[in-house]
Amino acid sequence: MEAEAGRQRALLRQVLGWRVAAAVAWSVLLLPVCTAAFVVLSGFDPFHPVRWISNSFNDLYTSYVIFCILLMSVVILVISIFNVEFYAVVPSIPCSRLALIGKIIHPQQVVHSVVHAVMGMLVAWCAAVMTKGKFQFLAVPCTPSESLDDAVPQMCLNEYHLFFLLSGAFMGYSYSLLYLINNMNYLPFPIIQQYKYLRFRRSLPLLVKHSCVESLYFVRNFCVAYYFFGYIPKVWISTTMDLHIDSKLHPLDTLTGLLDLSLFYHAWLCGVFLLITWYIAWLLFKIYATETHHFPIQPTFAEETDQCLPKILNSNPPLIIKFLALQDLMLLSQYSPVRRQEVFSLSQPGGHPHNWTAISRECLSLLSDLTQRLITQQEAAAANGRAKQPAGELKVSPQTPGAVVTEDMSFQSQRSNIVPRASMSSLVKSSLMPLKTPPGSAVGSPFSSPALNCKMGILDVNSPWHGSVQSPHVTRRGPKLWTSGSDLQMNGSQHESFPVLSTARAGSEAVQPSFIYTWLQNKQEQIKNFLSKRVLIMYFFSKHPEASIQAVFSDAQMHIWALEGLSHLVAASFTEDQFGVVQTTLPAILNTLLTLQEVVDRHFKLPHVSSKPPRISGSLVDTSYKTLRFALRASLKTALYRITTVFGEHLNAVQVSTEHKKRLQQFLEYKE
Amino acid sequence: MCSLALFPPPPLPGDITLYEFNNALVCGRLYEQLPLAFQSQLADLPVLSLPKETLKAHSRLEHSTRPAFIHHRESLWKRCLSAWRDVGLCGVLKEIASAEEEGLQWVKTGSSYTLAVCHWLSSLHGSLFPHLSLTSEDMIAAFSQAVDWAGCTVRAFAWHPHTSKFAVALLDDSIRVYNSNSATIPSLKHRLQRNVAAMAWKPLCASILAVACQSCVLVWHLDPTSLSTRPSSGCAQVLSYPGHSPVTSLAWAPSGELLLSASPVDTAMLVWDVSTENCVQLQWFGGGGVTYLAWSPDGSKVLAATPSAVFRVWEAQMWTCERWPTIKGRCQTGCWSPDGSRLLFTVLGESVIYSLSFSEYRGEMQGQVGGSKTASIVADLSETTFETLYGEERIGGEVHSMVWDPTGERLAVIIRGHPDTPGSQTIIAVFRTRNSPVFELLPCGFLRGERGAQPQLIAFHPCFKKGALLTVCWSTGKISHIPFFFVSAHVPCASPSRSPVVASASVREQPLFSEL
Repeated sequence: MEAEAGRQRALLRQVLGWRVAAAVAWSVLLLPVCTAAFVVLSGFDPFHPVRWISNSFNDLYTSYVIFCILLMSVVILVISIFNVEFYAVVPSIPCSRLALIGKIIHPQQVVHSVVHAVMGMLVAWCAAVMTKGKFQFLAVPCTPSESLDDAVPQMCLNEYHLFFLLSGAFMGYSYSLLYLINNMNYLPFPIIQQYKYLRFRRSLPLLVKHSCVESLYFVRNFCVAYYFFGYIPKVWISTTMDLHIDSKLHPLDTLTGLLDLSLFYHAWLCGVFLLITWYIAWLLFKIYATETHHFPIQPTFAEETDQCLPKILNSNPPLIIKFLALQDLMLLSQYSPVRRQEVFSLSQPGGHPHNWTAISRECLSLLSDLTQRLITQQEAAAANGRAKQPAGELKVSPQTPGAVVTEDMSFQSQRSNIVPRASMSSLVKSSLMPLKTPPGSAVGSPFSSPALNCKMGILDVNSPWHGSVQSPHVTRRGPKLWTSGSDLQMNGSQHESFPVLSTARAGSEAVQPSFIYTWLQNKQEQIKNFLSKRVLIMYFFSKHPEASIQAVFSDAQMHIWALEGLSHLVAASFTEDQFGVVQTTLPAILNTLLTLQEVVDRHFKLPHVSSKPPRISGSLVDTSYKTLRFALRASLKTALYRITTVFGEHLNAVQVSTEHKKRLQQFLEYKE
Repeated sequence: MCSLALFPPPPLPGDITLYEFNNALVCGRLYEQLPLAFQSQLADLPVLSLPKETLKAHSRLEHSTRPAFIHHRESLWKRCLSAWRDVGLCGVLKEIASAEEEGLQWVKTGSSYTLAVCHWLSSLHGSLFPHLSLTSEDMIAAFSQAVDWAGCTVRAFAWHPHTSKFAVALLDDSIRVYNSNSATIPSLKHRLQRNVAAMAWKPLCASILAVACQSCVLVWHLDPTSLSTRPSSGCAQVLSYPGHSPVTSLAWAPSGELLLSASPVDTAMLVWDVSTENCVQLQWFGGGGVTYLAWSPDGSKVLAATPSAVFRVWEAQMWTCERWPTIKGRCQTGCWSPDGSRLLFTVLGESVIYSLSFSEYRGEMQGQVGGSKTASIVADLSETTFETLYGEERIGGEVHSMVWDPTGERLAVIIRGHPDTPGSQTIIAVFRTRNSPVFELLPCGFLRGERGAQPQLIAFHPCFKKGALLTVCWSTGKISHIPFFFVSAHVPCASPSRSPVVASASVREQPLFSEL
């Protein structure tokens, strides 16, 4: 186990290490350019253009600009470390507002915010020093007053400098907050492969524009904050550092003080400088991390075995490695006949198609996992649907198990009457049977919940569920769909509370729930009902339907690549597969794809599921994870057509169930 | 090199080219003369006649509802606001400059000066790229593959890549979809579907049609089993991008995942992931825009023609490009051989067909297009006089559009006569071609339609079993199908599986023979 973890770390370091290093190196190399632009723009003087240009070029070589560049390099390094530590290929989508708040006050995020605020302050200090003029130092000699001639010049607090430092901290914090809210740690993989330079050049104008606009908002927000709370840090700093407050100068936390155009311009410019340098580091990391990696199919040397594509796919590597491996699979299946040949090849002694078996097994298990997940989600949705009943009879809170049985049975009968659309057809069920058993459940047919069997009138005798069909404890897993009002929410949760007993784990022995347990359950329900009627609580707890659907499909990129890779390989096998290794798995592949197709089709027919992707504005922040399900639907259909177009009538000879045959016929006639 | 002088004389006036059989084009006056064995092949293909008169004309010529209402003067502030919404900054300046209110003299003069500077700048830009000064309708007419886009009833035509189904875009901005297997003819209309320049069916899909409109790209999702004749506009996805209109050309990736769209105004072409409506800009300055796109059937390369005398060939894996400056004019049209190893293109102002060969695509040469050093001339289409019984006919000129059939054995070309020469006419010439072992281009004959009908658009059926089937849209609004019966070495079915077969066939290509 230890060795396994060590190996994976080594693999991660090997694949990702140089990418991170290169990204950091480039962002540090781009720093002097940004700094030079900042110095030139900060000295902007439209009335004396020649002096402005010559002054700013003279400033570039001064020692403190060079010191600032060194300091900024450290800042960039820290920012990059945070980018590397926080990246995710599967975005975490908060389903309710409470979850979002929970994410914000998570210790990890707090550390992120604090460090970013400190870094922002450092950048602002550099900016203040490079801007010079009235911003340069924190302590300045007070303006001598005319009345009494003090021999000792007193040091006063330079409020402009303080304003700069605080605005830097504020911007750093805001950046960190937006980083979290916009899921900027998510690494979106590009839809087309391009060279890194071209990708960077394409995003650069967008980056600059985004930074300028963002900085404007930050400065506005900071001005408001400073207007109200500015006096606190001012007093604190001046007392701790024993600085006087210059009474001659206008205080900044007043309306007239804040209406200073030069202050506003320099604060904005400082914000743009900060955001551009940080976004460049972030963008470069994103570009480098999502670049394709070439995994060998067959090891040339024995020590390379761990880095082979089939091996990586079948082990459980860090997610980014798995993503890169699947991306590589997709590319090789599409573009590289030579590497496809390696996939179809047989092992030298023995003649087994190990490569193909490993790759197809992993892809199929990924796809059937998704199928299973969608089915559980649809079951949950169906449970919600059934709650749309006249609530009268449902509100009975029975105290004895016997009553529970009758009630639940009535639910089932009602549900089978009312929500026939949500029912799983026998097609889905039968085809899912031979598929992979999900982890954590030892039973043979993981998908056939008793409610399902009962409803369809199929009593699966082999299933351990058989004995517990009469049991009241219907196991429900997976996220529940959102319900529209508090009333429905209440009913839904009431049903959900029945499942908790884990009869499934115990096999077929039925565990009778204790009286206390039922009582506790009911109490819990009552509390929930009470709370859910309070508007404020509802505001925080209510699940957003779109978010929970996004959460189900958050890792769909993997499945899209698996689909593309698999279908391209199968299509190519028609002419390239000399030994017929693909033929043996063709029925399983078709089964899996058709089942998934059916489940996905049904998903898009659920209520609350929009059938069109939301409009994506071309902004810097990538929100492609929101539309992954549409991409999945499209590539699934394309994958099926790719196979049917190539094989044509030959598919009639493949062993599939009659329903699937019908479906295939529709694909062959281009009627799907 | 093949020239028009080698062609058999054109059919007699009044005769219609019916089909090709036994290596000869057969002409006649009626359609019943098809050999019985082949009649079943064509029986279900609809022969259409869409005369101009039956189409409902535009109810209004102007695109705004302004003339329908009584004139009412709003305050300048409101007018500026609406002008900003409708036209942008230029509209505001124009509105202020033409304002009749008193007391804003200096604002008025200022805005009229700014407007003059704007005009001067845009004319400077326009002198670099003259096409930018055209209106968008003229621009589409100039770059469309249809011969007379503005005046003819049929503006665009597209065969479905896998089934016997085609879409026709008409003058009244509607699109009709004809299917040989069903009697329902869906008619597609959308608020944004104006001035359709091109259409393309998504490969590896039952019924998704992309339409290049004046302001956007519409993607229609048609249910193939539906019996509705008027799909709602909710079935259409709108793909729009600022600065990317009018769209004049579309190309789907043969693997069905990506859609390319091009506009003569935008220097970037857009790669769309249609399902998520994401797009990636492929920026390459120079040329002033992209007018015509052609994706090679094996999916490896894309031809992108620009309004100036340069075109580019993109490689579709890493999206790098090779730049090809032409001598005379812009690239008007181009087509790929089925295995993607050869590009035929024509240039405006020259009556020749150029050929450009590419090294075989292996997938390992990432980011290289692999084109040969120079393009060679394979056909000379300069004006030739044919002596016929009814007098002499002058045929020849620039090529307007060119299509290659999916088996790679027939090439159809619309030759546009010189407009100032009285006798010359627009005609379709068909070549026999062979791509391996050496490229050959042999004359086959001229196609003629009904009396007075000029060819508008041509397209080959993507999976005709007995050879090739050319569909011709005539200026009279007639759409006819002309079969070419021959036994092909290739399986004429548009599928990605074809590419590996062809690829292995072209391995045998030996450099023993010099090219024509």
